[in-house]
Amino acid sequence: MNFENKKATREAYGEVLKELGKENEKVVVLDADLSNATKTGGFAKEFPDRFFNMGIAEQDMVSTAAGLSTCGKIPFASSFAVFLTGRAYDQVRNSVAYPNLNVKLCGTHAGVTVGEDGATHQMLEDISITRTLPNLKVFCPADEIETRWLIKEIAKIEGPCYVRLGRSKVPQIYDENESFEIGKFKVFGEGTDATIFASGVTVSEALIAKDELEKEGINVRVVDVCSIKPLDEETILKCAKETKKLISVEDHMVTGGIGSAIAEVLTDKYPTKLTRIGINDTFGKSGKAGELVKYYGLDSTNIIKTVKE
Amino acid sequence: MKITDETIKDLEKKANSIRKSIVEEVYSAQSGHPGGALSIADILTTLYFCQMNINPQNPTDENRDRLVLSKGHACAALYATLAERGYFDKSLLKDFRKIDGILQGHPDMKHIPGVDMSTGSLGQGLSAANGMAIASKLDSKGYRVYCILGDGEIEEGQVWEACMTSSKYKLDNLCVIVDNNSLQIDGTIEDVAGLNNIEEKFRSFGFETFNVDGNNIDELITIFEKAKTVKEKPTAIIAKTVKGKGVSFMENQVGWHGKAPNEEEYKTAMADLEA
Repeated sequence: MNFENKKATREAYGEVLKELGKENEKVVVLDADLSNATKTGGFAKEFPDRFFNMGIAEQDMVSTAAGLSTCGKIPFASSFAVFLTGRAYDQVRNSVAYPNLNVKLCGTHAGVTVGEDGATHQMLEDISITRTLPNLKVFCPADEIETRWLIKEIAKIEGPCYVRLGRSKVPQIYDENESFEIGKFKVFGEGTDATIFASGVTVSEALIAKDELEKEGINVRVVDVCSIKPLDEETILKCAKETKKLISVEDHMVTGGIGSAIAEVLTDKYPTKLTRIGINDTFGKSGKAGELVKYYGLDSTNIIKTVKE
Repeated sequence: MKITDETIKDLEKKANSIRKSIVEEVYSAQSGHPGGALSIADILTTLYFCQMNINPQNPTDENRDRLVLSKGHACAALYATLAERGYFDKSLLKDFRKIDGILQGHPDMKHIPGVDMSTGSLGQGLSAANGMAIASKLDSKGYRVYCILGDGEIEEGQVWEACMTSSKYKLDNLCVIVDNNSLQIDGTIEDVAGLNNIEEKFRSFGFETFNVDGNNIDELITIFEKAKTVKEKPTAIIAKTVKGKGVSFMENQVGWHGKAPNEEEYKTAMADLEA
């Protein structure tokens, strides 16, 4: 893990969009007056004819993206996760997921790590409400490298996708040449004392915990749950069989998030206890991202404590 | 195409045949939305038989004109029109809304030939139509996009978000038709939502607007031709229609928004349409 090289996944998104714009004429980008924050502004500068600022109108943006996709375009529509999947939920459901259209929804500023903006802007239910929609694939990359791969990959596959991106900077976890696959989790280590399933901003916290625990002779493995739908059932079951304890940690409500998704697989195929760390039936609050990560127990210290319990 | 009195008569016959199909569909399903379907039968006939550049043998032709039926609940009319135009066999209409049929209760673009956009949740179709019109311009293809909105439907806020987009991008290849039958489920649009001055609303959002008797094919043709000549701005046609048009006991009756006729009513309806 490279703590020197920290970058928010939204920044990586903005950069890779510009590359995609060069590579593929069909790529168009829509935003709802947040292009500075979602980082689609770079694409807008380089490809003004293929960038559509829809104003503060997320519902219109999502359905417009749907219309563009029916004519062969590959629209990437961005806003804060809370507005993209929350305010425009019905549009995501009926204009995009139901007709299985090739729209890429990229929501930034997910989770409490939004920080100071507080509860109204901290989306904690997006995984829950998107992964229950048929046809829609759901992803949450952990660092710059994974984001770059993911955005390019979803441009190649036909069908609707939701990508959950973060506001705060996260360390670089992967090497430049790492290879990824949709529906396959990346696993760090082979420890058998516990498995820590993490996603997005919590992957680096889980990796810090892993290193600390190793110093005390506790060997855990960390699983990066980027591909939330499709889920990597094989890896979940392998970890359940090989490790003594299962923990999930996410910057998301514990109901409906990655913990729930994993628990669904376990209850169907290999009933095992899973301890879920996340936000517990409460809205977020203002504060610095780092402070909130600790406040809600998403940090390495609480992960270590949970492993030891 | 050259429009003669003969053409108009022929189109009126087609519209009447479509109306019969609508009644058959709703009667057969014992569910559906006859009122708002019958009100747009003339609009759809005019578009699919003499305005739109389409080819039923190649329903996904990328250069075709598109139509988004934003008021998706009126799909009995769209299905009847598509069948009449040859997109699929008329025999499929009897399975409207049935578990083994392809004709879903609201338009499903993935399984029904000729349906350009899935709709049903009101207020979303104009945004999708904008996306299509923008794509047409991006690719310099020149195809036109038609979007039929219900008058009750425009109570949805997204419609006005979309109007700003139509106007911002100067979508002169977009033509909105408001099916102004003045009724919605719970009553008149005035009583239910205080909705009035529809034309002024669209004009203030930057549309070139037109008024027409939406049940008069001759007038509709004239207005659609005029709309094609507008440059640099989107067009909106406020089509004054009669909900339930053609079926005596359904005309202008709120109760026939979403109800199927019984056997006796069905016979009366078909007799009305034979006359």
